[in-house]
Amino acid sequence: MSLKDHNEVDGMPPSRFPSAEILSMLAISNSGFVFDPVSGASYTVNASGLAILDLLRGGCAGVEEAVGKLGEAFDAPAGVLERDVIEFAARLRALFR
Amino acid sequence: MSARHALTVAVTGINARADNPGPGLAVARCLKESAHLDVRVVGLAYDAFDPGLYLPEWCDAAYLLPYPSAGEEAFMARLAELHETTAFDVLIPCLDAELPILARLAPWLEERGIVAMLPTVEQIRLRAKDRLADLAREAGIACPETKSLFREDFFHACSGEGWHWPLVVKGLFYDAKVAHGPAEAVAAFRRIAGEWGLPILAQQFSPGEEINLTGLGDGEGRLVGAVMMKKRALTDKGKAWAGISIHDTALLDAARRLVAATRWRGPLEVEVMRAADGTLSLIEINPRFPAWVYLSAGVGRNLPETLVRLALGETLAELPPAPAGTLFIRYALEAIVPLSDFDAVVTQGERG
Repeated sequence: MSLKDHNEVDGMPPSRFPSAEILSMLAISNSGFVFDPVSGASYTVNASGLAILDLLRGGCAGVEEAVGKLGEAFDAPAGVLERDVIEFAARLRALFR
Repeated sequence: MSARHALTVAVTGINARADNPGPGLAVARCLKESAHLDVRVVGLAYDAFDPGLYLPEWCDAAYLLPYPSAGEEAFMARLAELHETTAFDVLIPCLDAELPILARLAPWLEERGIVAMLPTVEQIRLRAKDRLADLAREAGIACPETKSLFREDFFHACSGEGWHWPLVVKGLFYDAKVAHGPAEAVAAFRRIAGEWGLPILAQQFSPGEEINLTGLGDGEGRLVGAVMMKKRALTDKGKAWAGISIHDTALLDAARRLVAATRWRGPLEVEVMRAADGTLSLIEINPRFPAWVYLSAGVGRNLPETLVRLALGETLAELPPAPAGTLFIRYALEAIVPLSDFDAVVTQGERG
C-alpha cells in the first residue's frame, strides 16, 4: 500500500473521486452491475466496490470518511480499506471522466 | 384513442443479411409497430434472396427492383409500375447507393404523388466521405484527414507526406478496413475497389471508441429526433451484433450542428469516434437510417414512424431524449419459404 504509487497513476491526489455529478448518472444495481449511460460501457463491482460507490453517491467526499464508514460494514483493517478505497478511486477516475 | 392513420409505405434495403444487414427490415418493423400509423409495408428488394421478400409479418407485399446502376430508365419504370399497382403513399429508401439517384429523381417522384423525405443532391454531396472534413469544419467538429484515391501508389508514399499508420481504407459507399502498413492498405484498396469501384478513400485512423447517432432532419435545420448507441458486440464486418442506447450530450450537440449546417432533410446516421479525453471525431454521415434503427422503437422514439408523419406534413415537436441503457442483440433466423413464393419472386419479381 502506498499513497505515492497512486499519486503517480494520473497525477491526481489519491483521495480524488470522480465528481458526484458523474457518479450520479451511473445506473447501479444491487447485484453490482454498473452502466455508464454516456459511454455505453458496463462493469461489475464486488460488495466492497458497491459499498464505496454507494458512499460516494451518498455524498461522502474523502478517503478518510469512506474508510471510516466501510470499517463499520467490513471486518478489515483500516489500512487495507484505505488501500482499497484509493485503488478504487484511481480506477473510477480512469473510467468516468 | 383515435384511429391510426392507414397508409402504404414502400421500403427498400430489405436484405437483412446476418453479418451485414440492410436497414429496410428494421424500418419495416418500426412501421408495423407504430402507435400512430396503420402501415401496409411494401418491401422493395434487389435480389431474390433478400429475406424481406419472404417475411409477410414485416412486408405485406414485396417486389424485386432492377438495380439503379443497371439503368435508371428501367429502375424508374419499375418504380412507377409498382406505385400504380400498390399505390404506396411514402417511399423510404434505405441504401446509400440509391440516395443520389432518388434525390435527383425527387421531382419525378413528386409528379407521381410519391412522398419521400429525402435530402437534396447537394446535401448528399456535402456529407460525402471525400468532403466530410469541410462539413465537419463548418459544424465545428473534428474530422480525421481524408484523401480520395484513384491509385494505390499513395500507400507507399504517404508516410513521407505526413500521414501515419494505421489508416482506414474505405469505399465511397460501403466497406472499410483498418490497415497498419502499405501491403495491408493496397490489399484493401484492391478488394474494395473491385467490389464497389473507385475512388477509394484513405482516412487517418481516429483512436477511441465508436459511438453512433441516428436522427431525422426536418429540412429547416432542426433535428427532430435522435437515438444514440454504442456497439457492444461486432460481426466480422464490424457491424453491430449487439448495442446499447446511450445519452451523450456532446454527440447530440454535434448532430444538431451538422443538421443545422446542412439543413438536412430526412434520416441520417452520424458515426463518431470518442477519444479517451472525450473529444469527438466525425468519421462518417450516412444519408439513411442504420440497420439498428429498430432500437429507436425499442426506446420509445420510433424514428421511421416520425419520418412518415413528417413526410405527410405533420408538424411535430422535437422528440424528448431517448433513455440510455436499452440493449439490442441480433440473431439469425431461417424463414421457411414455399416453393410457390420463391417461384413467384424469381419469375414474376413479386410476392404479392
